[in-house]
Amino acid sequence: MNTRQKTFNVIGFIALLLAAILWLVPLLLVVMNSFKGNLFISQSPFALPDSDSFMAADNYTSGVSRTGFFAAAGWSLFITTCSVALIVLLTSMAAWYIARVKAWYTSVLYYLFVFSMIVPFQMVMFTMSKVANTTHLDNPFGIIILYAGFGAGLSIFIFVGFIRSIPIDIEEAAMIDGANPWKVFFTVIFPILRPTAVTIAILNAMWIWNDYLLPVLVIGSEYKTIPIAVQQYMTGSYGQKDMGGFMAMLVLAIVPIVVFYLSGQKHIIKGVAAGAVKG
Amino acid sequence: MRVSTYIKKWFPVFALPTFLAFTLAFIVPFGMGIYLSFTSFRTVTDARWVGVSNYVTAFTENSDFLHALWFTVQFTVVSVVLVNVCAFALALLLTRAIKGTNIFRAIFFVPNLIGGIVLGYVWRLLINAILGKLFAQDITYSAAYGFWGLVVVVNWQMIGYMMIIYIAALQNVPGEVMEAADIDAAGFWAKLFHVTIPMVVSSITICTFLTLSNCLKLFDQNLALTNGAPQNETEGLALNIFRTFYNVRNHQGVGQAKAVVFFVFVAVIAYLQLRLTRSKEVEG
Repeated sequence: MNTRQKTFNVIGFIALLLAAILWLVPLLLVVMNSFKGNLFISQSPFALPDSDSFMAADNYTSGVSRTGFFAAAGWSLFITTCSVALIVLLTSMAAWYIARVKAWYTSVLYYLFVFSMIVPFQMVMFTMSKVANTTHLDNPFGIIILYAGFGAGLSIFIFVGFIRSIPIDIEEAAMIDGANPWKVFFTVIFPILRPTAVTIAILNAMWIWNDYLLPVLVIGSEYKTIPIAVQQYMTGSYGQKDMGGFMAMLVLAIVPIVVFYLSGQKHIIKGVAAGAVKG
Repeated sequence: MRVSTYIKKWFPVFALPTFLAFTLAFIVPFGMGIYLSFTSFRTVTDARWVGVSNYVTAFTENSDFLHALWFTVQFTVVSVVLVNVCAFALALLLTRAIKGTNIFRAIFFVPNLIGGIVLGYVWRLLINAILGKLFAQDITYSAAYGFWGLVVVVNWQMIGYMMIIYIAALQNVPGEVMEAADIDAAGFWAKLFHVTIPMVVSSITICTFLTLSNCLKLFDQNLALTNGAPQNETEGLALNIFRTFYNVRNHQGVGQAKAVVFFVFVAVIAYLQLRLTRSKEVEG
């Protein structure tokens, strides 16, 4: 490395450091204010908590009880894990069928799934919530099926792209040995698909965990997920007055994501890069 | 062909469950949506055919819909350019021999995992705190605050994601190509525009596509950050459609017509973008 490149790298490092600080400021500000009294949040948002403004965990206890935060977190967790599991299972199976069966209807299906990816949710939001009502899918169990259906597009697209790159000889060999398609899929194909399945799981988990509009329209009158709880807290009568409790809710909404991220950072970053390349 | 015929009759096992869920969640709502946009209805079952009058109402009733369209277009153009330039710059820095690249990468990616609603409120706090300190105002004071606030939020959220994709692409550029450029003593900018960028055009296509469609469809951040305030000046298309459906009396038909326009708009833009950048890929 010559001196010019070295200077460049030093400047680059400083630029990255400044950017990283800029990146973390909004989050740190919320954490800081979640420990302060309401008046102090609006009057001196940039001040660290001191003996006057420090509220200990009061904001957290009031925020949790007013939003029913833990119930919301429970539903978020339940809906996200079940939907992701169902999506990975169903769409990998369907993608294998679509990728391997040469027929007019498999191409039609494939293009329908691809087409659905570009359609904005607003196009179907009203009618989907009506369909959910009439078919009694408007509960935390039914919504899993809606997610499987609405999330199928991207998942099928990525899975099919990957399956087409697998040499077909492996399946042929297994079939000559007498294995039925069910067995071929689960003992031969699915293990090969595993890295792609991780990508699909991560992309869908990020979407479903944070999704606001679909759950609020389908189950929002009876059940809350975390984004619904946050939004209702702010628009309800508490939000304007109890900024402290609201800050605490924001922190609690972010913590599970950070934990998830730290526990699987490598997979998540790889998954995102892989998903985009295949997309 | 063996495999094809072998598993063909297994449609009910492998493809039917997904197809049924897809029918319920997408095909039926989509079809109904198109039909209902030509009707007047409140509960779907009472739909009455009214031709294109919903579409006419959407554009002529007031200027809100066109205003929202214009807002979304401006916002999308600014954000797509900024997000991709910043993400690419970060990716260039993070693929150099600089200390702590893994930690930096991790930090820049974090906001992407946080949902739009939470992000919107996090930034509302920060922006209001700054505006309050400087001018004793808040984000609802001026449409310019809301617009640039939204640009900042979306940049903060999407740059990390696009950066990851650009890093993966840059790491795939063969080392010999870069070495050859170094031997030819190509300058930084010459190398960037004549070697690096042509080698990663396909990732630029993907990132532009992702940012473009996400910006056009933006809803959560818009709702949380300004909810359209002041008046409806910072209202994007998705938010305008949502409010037409649920906040304006007897406007479900108009809302659905707007949604169809929105869908066609997004589809056409996405198609044009893919064609445009894909053609560049062939040249490169």
